Amino acid sequence: MGHILVDSISKEYPNRRKQARWGNGSGSPSSGILPVLSNINLEVGDGEMVCILGPSGCGKSTLLRIIAGFETPTTGSVLIDGQLVVRPSSDNIFVFQSNGLLPWMTVWENVELGVRKLPDLRSRERKVAEQIEIVELEGFEHHYPYQLSGGMQRRAELARALAINPNVMIMDEPFSGLDFLTHMKMREEVVNMHIFTGKTTLVVTHDIDDALIMGDRIVVLGVCPAQVRLNLRLDFPRPRDFQKLPELNKLRQQIFLMQGVTYAV
Amino acid sequence: MPSDYRRIRYLTRRGFNGKPLVWAGISFAGMLITWDLLARFSGWSAQVFPGPIPVFVSMGELIADGTLLRHTVASLFRITVGFYLAVLLGLPLGIFLGRHKTFNDLFNPIVQFLKPISPIAWIPLAMLWFGIGDKPAIFLIFLSSFFPLVVSTAISVSSINPVFFQVAANFNFSRLEIISKIIIPAITPATITAFRISLAIAWLVVVAAEMIAVPSGLGYLILDSRNALRMDYVMAGMIVIGVIGLLLDFIMRRLGQLESTCWYHFEHRQ
Repeated sequence: MGHILVDSISKEYPNRRKQARWGNGSGSPSSGILPVLSNINLEVGDGEMVCILGPSGCGKSTLLRIIAGFETPTTGSVLIDGQLVVRPSSDNIFVFQSNGLLPWMTVWENVELGVRKLPDLRSRERKVAEQIEIVELEGFEHHYPYQLSGGMQRRAELARALAINPNVMIMDEPFSGLDFLTHMKMREEVVNMHIFTGKTTLVVTHDIDDALIMGDRIVVLGVCPAQVRLNLRLDFPRPRDFQKLPELNKLRQQIFLMQGVTYAV
Repeated sequence: MPSDYRRIRYLTRRGFNGKPLVWAGISFAGMLITWDLLARFSGWSAQVFPGPIPVFVSMGELIADGTLLRHTVASLFRITVGFYLAVLLGLPLGIFLGRHKTFNDLFNPIVQFLKPISPIAWIPLAMLWFGIGDKPAIFLIFLSSFFPLVVSTAISVSSINPVFFQVAANFNFSRLEIISKIIIPAITPATITAFRISLAIAWLVVVAAEMIAVPSGLGYLILDSRNALRMDYVMAGMIVIGVIGLLLDFIMRRLGQLESTCWYHFEHRQ
């Protein structure tokens, strides 16, 4: 479970700035529309971890939000396991870029949100404890999110997402705002989690190294309106190291070049 | 109990348990002394400007014969009923308006128009509609709290971080769960502040309303004493009003320190 088919999706937004200046009459009727995504096709296999790369503002997050059902595409459709995505569902859990933990609930209560429908109290408790153990937050169950560090908050959110046992995990810049070491640790944790659970995972990032280290597949989007510029399977063993994998390193240089950075160090 | 939480408790509690209480005692003592000196040496008669000692003696009389308690209970009863009515009707309406922008655009102008009309201005109508007694006073208190509560609830609901509603959609929250698990906890801290402010207004209004619309309550006690030219009773009534106002505010402040609102203090501290 967890096969995603993105079928020729386009997304346009009304361009507010041009519409607001109706007085000067210089804009043509089509200039009132801002295309963000243009004809995106993507297939994600069951259990694959796909990293979507692209420059900031290119529409990565929009694509992700469409796949999660938070937004509807202007044209095209998204099918998850053959089902048309029309609204958010607990089958595809979105891990938010900014903190999505509910600040008035403890870690335990937040994680419990995913299993609150289970009728049996005992199994509910076991499930929550299990997820908290996976992300190594034992002892912090009854802390509020504001009492946790940034990395612990992300881990708690991961636990909450895993507790619901979704078919697809969708992560929007999961490491943004973390310090370097926490970033590295979280990256390791997400990869381990993916290997352990085998869930289809979509990760949006602007960090090329993250994408190359983590992804089973890497998708590079171009500038706005975004199109798929590269869709490549990465058959490298894990853990990955740029020094030991010259081919991966070469790919890294190429992608840096694609993104307009000539001297990648 | 986590340390940040304890720190916040400590910081906010100091206002009552620490040195500030000593300073408050000093300033009240200073006020009493000034009052006494003014009463003794201003040259006004004790009928016009009684000093603190006769006022407290009279207050003792009023307490002893039960008059003060009766009027205080009457005032507190009215403010309780009026305020609860305002909360019961104002919070749901505020939540509804905060969630539905169209309705907010439709009703907000009316609410904003009615809000600045002093509840005192409603007294003639209130008496005509509800007669003499508890009803008009309760109606006036209701009016004084209702509009500020609706407005502040609508604002705090509409400013809830949209990510929380997306989380709710993602976790298949029902309508009821959105209200009980997202909206109510999110607006609780701001709502307690709104309660505090509107309760203070309501307390101002109840005294004014009782001067006109009802034959009981602290406002009536003051008016009745004026008619009997007993300024010592007037002042005793004023002191009780002030003390109860302080107590109400104290209770609301303690409510604002509940554990369930700690996250808010922390977020707004940074």
